Amino acid sequence: MTKLGQWLCGLVLLGSAWAALALAPPGLRLPAPCRQALLPLPVYLLVAFGCYSLATVGYRLATFNDCEEAAAELQEHISAARADLSRRGLRF
Amino acid sequence: MAAGGADKFSVLLPTYNERENLPLVVWLLARTFRDSGNNFEIIIIDDGSPDGTQEIAEQLEKIYGSDKIVMREIISVLFSSGTAYIHGMKHATGNFIVIMDADLSHHYFHTNIPPVFLIKPIAYRKQKEGNFDIVSGTRYKGNGGVYGWDLKRKLISRGANFLTQVLLRPGASDLTGSFRLYRKEVLQKLMEKCVSKGYVFQMEMIVRARQLGYTIGEVPISFVDRVYGESKLGGNEIVSFLKGLLTLFATT
Repeated sequence: MTKLGQWLCGLVLLGSAWAALALAPPGLRLPAPCRQALLPLPVYLLVAFGCYSLATVGYRLATFNDCEEAAAELQEHISAARADLSRRGLRF
Repeated sequence: MAAGGADKFSVLLPTYNERENLPLVVWLLARTFRDSGNNFEIIIIDDGSPDGTQEIAEQLEKIYGSDKIVMREIISVLFSSGTAYIHGMKHATGNFIVIMDADLSHHYFHTNIPPVFLIKPIAYRKQKEGNFDIVSGTRYKGNGGVYGWDLKRKLISRGANFLTQVLLRPGASDLTGSFRLYRKEVLQKLMEKCVSKGYVFQMEMIVRARQLGYTIGEVPISFVDRVYGESKLGGNEIVSFLKGLLTLFATT
């Protein structure tokens, strides 16, 4: 199954569970407080996921390494390479 | 195992107008392999570069020997990562294939061939350590990282990677990084299965590899922007990345 397929299945399952519980006909209803919490749940989850995403990306952005030594090392390598290759006859 | 029982590494380098970078990359690769004592060959697949890339490659072949440097040319409007690798693999005699992609925010193999000096011995050791089918370089873990990137570029990179992780759950931290080491049979199998173009192809390979049960190890790499102006990460690139990501989401 594709990832899209997995997401759709998951959404359908959770969605129907939520609909069944939150939008049930009068005879089968849960107590009112439960339904009141359940009704906006999808929106809450979406917002929560949004906050999690922002926090995660922000953290990863802040901890993104800057490779100073690698850059310096590269410059040295470039000089060494040019010197060595010229010695061996490369015409740049 | 390659003939003789020892491992041999074939490095595939698709090039377009890499006259300046090519000697440096070859020199670094040769030195790294010599230091780690591994047998290697470098296969340069050039797309009819007008800047004399092939001439430089021929000079390098004379210096290093034609068992070490192999130059192949394809001139084709269909030149892409996929065709370059297929073509390159036909000539590869190693049992491990190293793929180094150039900067992916641009035309897929142009200018920024990243530095490799950190990579070869570490990747080889990692492969041996875990006997992995694929070793992938990552900029996002360990002491991997970048140099010369401004905040905006880092943000876009991390954001795109986050989206990729959420949608594809690929089991690797960096799908658009520019270094991979594959067992030859694994790469051949993946090339048959993958259909995307350009760098999305690189992403697809990792996703399919996971589905086929191949083991993937990671090593940190440093990506250093060498070109004087940094690569532009414009609206076009972002849109095409999103398109590629959604395509993979829907098809793998």
